[in-house]
Amino acid sequence: MTIPLPPSGAGTDPLLTTADDAPGVSLWRAAWRRLRRNPTAIVGAVIVAAFILVALLAPLLTPYEPGSARWSGQVTPTSVPGPSPEHLLGLDRFGSDLFTQLVYGARQSLVYGVVATAIGLTAGTALGTLAGGAASVGGRIGGWVDNAVMRLVDIMLSVPSLLLAVSIAAVLGQNPYAVMIAIGVAQVPIFARLLRGSMLSQGRSDYVLAAEALGLRKRRIVMGHVLPNSLGPTVVQATLNLAVAIIEVAALSFLGLGQPDPAVAEWGRMLVAAQDRFEAAPQLALLPGGAIAITALGFTLFGEALREALDPRSRR
Amino acid sequence: MTGAHDQPLLSVRDLSVRFGLKGQRQVAAVDEVSLDIWPGQHVALVGESGSGKSVTSLAVMGLLPDRGVEVGGEVLYRGEDLLTKSPKEMAGLRGSEIAMVFQDPMTSLNPVITVGVQLTEVLLRHLQVSKAEARERAVELLGRVGIPDPARRLREYPHQLSGGMRQRVLIAIALACEPKLLIADEPTTALDVTIQAQVLEVLKDLVADTDAALLMITHDLGVVAGLCDDVNVMYSGRIVESTNRNRLFANPRHPYTGGLLASIPRLDSPRGAPLTPIPGSPTQTLPWTSACAFAPRCGNRVEACTERAPALEATGDRDLRCFNPLADADLTGAAR
Ligand SMILES: Nc1ncnc2c1ncn2[C@@H]1O[C@H](COP(=O)(O)OP(=O)(O)OP(=O)(O)O)[C@@H](O)[C@H]1O
Ligand code: SF4
Ligand SMILES: [Mg+2]
Repeated sequence: MTIPLPPSGAGTDPLLTTADDAPGVSLWRAAWRRLRRNPTAIVGAVIVAAFILVALLAPLLTPYEPGSARWSGQVTPTSVPGPSPEHLLGLDRFGSDLFTQLVYGARQSLVYGVVATAIGLTAGTALGTLAGGAASVGGRIGGWVDNAVMRLVDIMLSVPSLLLAVSIAAVLGQNPYAVMIAIGVAQVPIFARLLRGSMLSQGRSDYVLAAEALGLRKRRIVMGHVLPNSLGPTVVQATLNLAVAIIEVAALSFLGLGQPDPAVAEWGRMLVAAQDRFEAAPQLALLPGGAIAITALGFTLFGEALREALDPRSRR
Repeated sequence: MTGAHDQPLLSVRDLSVRFGLKGQRQVAAVDEVSLDIWPGQHVALVGESGSGKSVTSLAVMGLLPDRGVEVGGEVLYRGEDLLTKSPKEMAGLRGSEIAMVFQDPMTSLNPVITVGVQLTEVLLRHLQVSKAEARERAVELLGRVGIPDPARRLREYPHQLSGGMRQRVLIAIALACEPKLLIADEPTTALDVTIQAQVLEVLKDLVADTDAALLMITHDLGVVAGLCDDVNVMYSGRIVESTNRNRLFANPRHPYTGGLLASIPRLDSPRGAPLTPIPGSPTQTLPWTSACAFAPRCGNRVEACTERAPALEATGDRDLRCFNPLADADLTGAAR
């Protein structure tokens, strides 16, 4: 009898050609391509870019200094001057140029938001990597470290983030760093949990089993394979957290725990100042409020679009 | 240390793998499995889905989960029991002495790391080479598995390669340190039919070049025919027939083996001739403890089959686990 043989296959592999992207394109660059085709991402990116540009170029956009109260003589207890050729959006209740205040306020929000999120991201990523790495390596010590870190994170999570920020700001006193640290610390548990979770789920994937089958060391597998694959959700979260941080900066200011220096323009404090003039000059509240909302929306839209672009299920 | 050829390279003795926690109801995914692989020999482990082929290979590699698994028996590699080795010792053997190619090339490569890093890291782990030497060797290896322009491909990410290419890369990675034993778990199943034969050819060539022994896990007897010396047929966690390839193809004695052979297309059967699938599904089994697991699907069933468990017995030219085997030269389904 004849033994069934597999068809002898020489010749070229029709699928040898590149699968989906051009050479040299990394996963992140591929995600970037998908982002560029997504209208939500574009709207978000435009808002974010406009916000960053305004913050960076503030001195070029307005001829005045922030918080100067140079025109305080024009403000009366019952009226605040509206738009005029010299003052695009009029004055605020202290007699500073409202447009200038808004523009420099963007600068404050950007710096505070970025620094706070960077604090949260750095500390949270470190804790998450420690817990996720310990859990992936396993063993008694690994389990113990993971447990200890995660209990700490649970405690931090059990306190509402704004309350935590308020407490920290209250303890550290009214200084600009207190606000950043307060908001950053409140973000730590979010990043830590997220990263640990994605490291654990990545740890069960086929490529990890394949790496183990090659005898690679545990540490190498965790740091070189599992961690880089787990960072996507963290980056997305950082974008989303920027929105939260910007709102919280304003909220802390609103509660009187923010930037103490009255010469520094800050959206949250502008809202506070606008309170008792709302009927006479609603623009004093609506403009900074709108600026906060639109900026937060921009980061959120962009973050969500980034999440989608990095999602393996939406790939190809 | 004894010479290379006085003892099998790998000798699996009475391996059993049970899932489930102690005390609770355990599931024996693999039981009473014994097989020998001699240096350079190609051995097949054949069976339908769920028969325990992957679990057997993971047990040999020491890659079963730490918890909820009970492993029994011995896995002797050059006479030493791998089941008693520490995780560290096993990690030193994996990739350098024993390597594995998995079924799904789409998920077995790390998506965020370049092919080059994934290929060189195994070289750097097990061999005393510099980064530059590892890179040079990586280029050479990719060339050997038939990937054009290997230097450029090293800089690419897995998603830029087709399935066939990725499996070639995985073969190159597995054989990078010239292991003595390669376990290939259905290495072509996930590939396009037109690609399967080519990848198999690459695997065969490289295994031959490096003198590695091969444990080929497959449900495809066509793969076995072109590649393997010995064949072990597995059903529901146990080996039911084990013999030399030619004898098995010429004269299957276990009814399950007969059914497997009858259900594959052959070059010598007329075009369009109907294939005869094995009736029922692999889920219709009886527990081996009190019956033949294949009895619900078996055409040769006799009374004993549902009363006690058949034992694996050496019967002249093969090991056979059956009360009523097919007669010599009784080719089920191959009507002529
Ligand atoms: N981690 C696990 N926990 C519990 N049961 C498991 C586990 N892994 C495998 N099994 C069981 O072991 C049995 C054998 O599975 P195995 O993956 O070895 O089959 P296989 O022969 O490789 O099949 P396939 O051709 O589908 O790959 C299956 O019934 C499966 O349910
Ligand atoms: S033991 Fe009985 S049921 Fe099992 S394969 Fe043999 S004949 Fe069939
Ligand atoms: Mg399998």
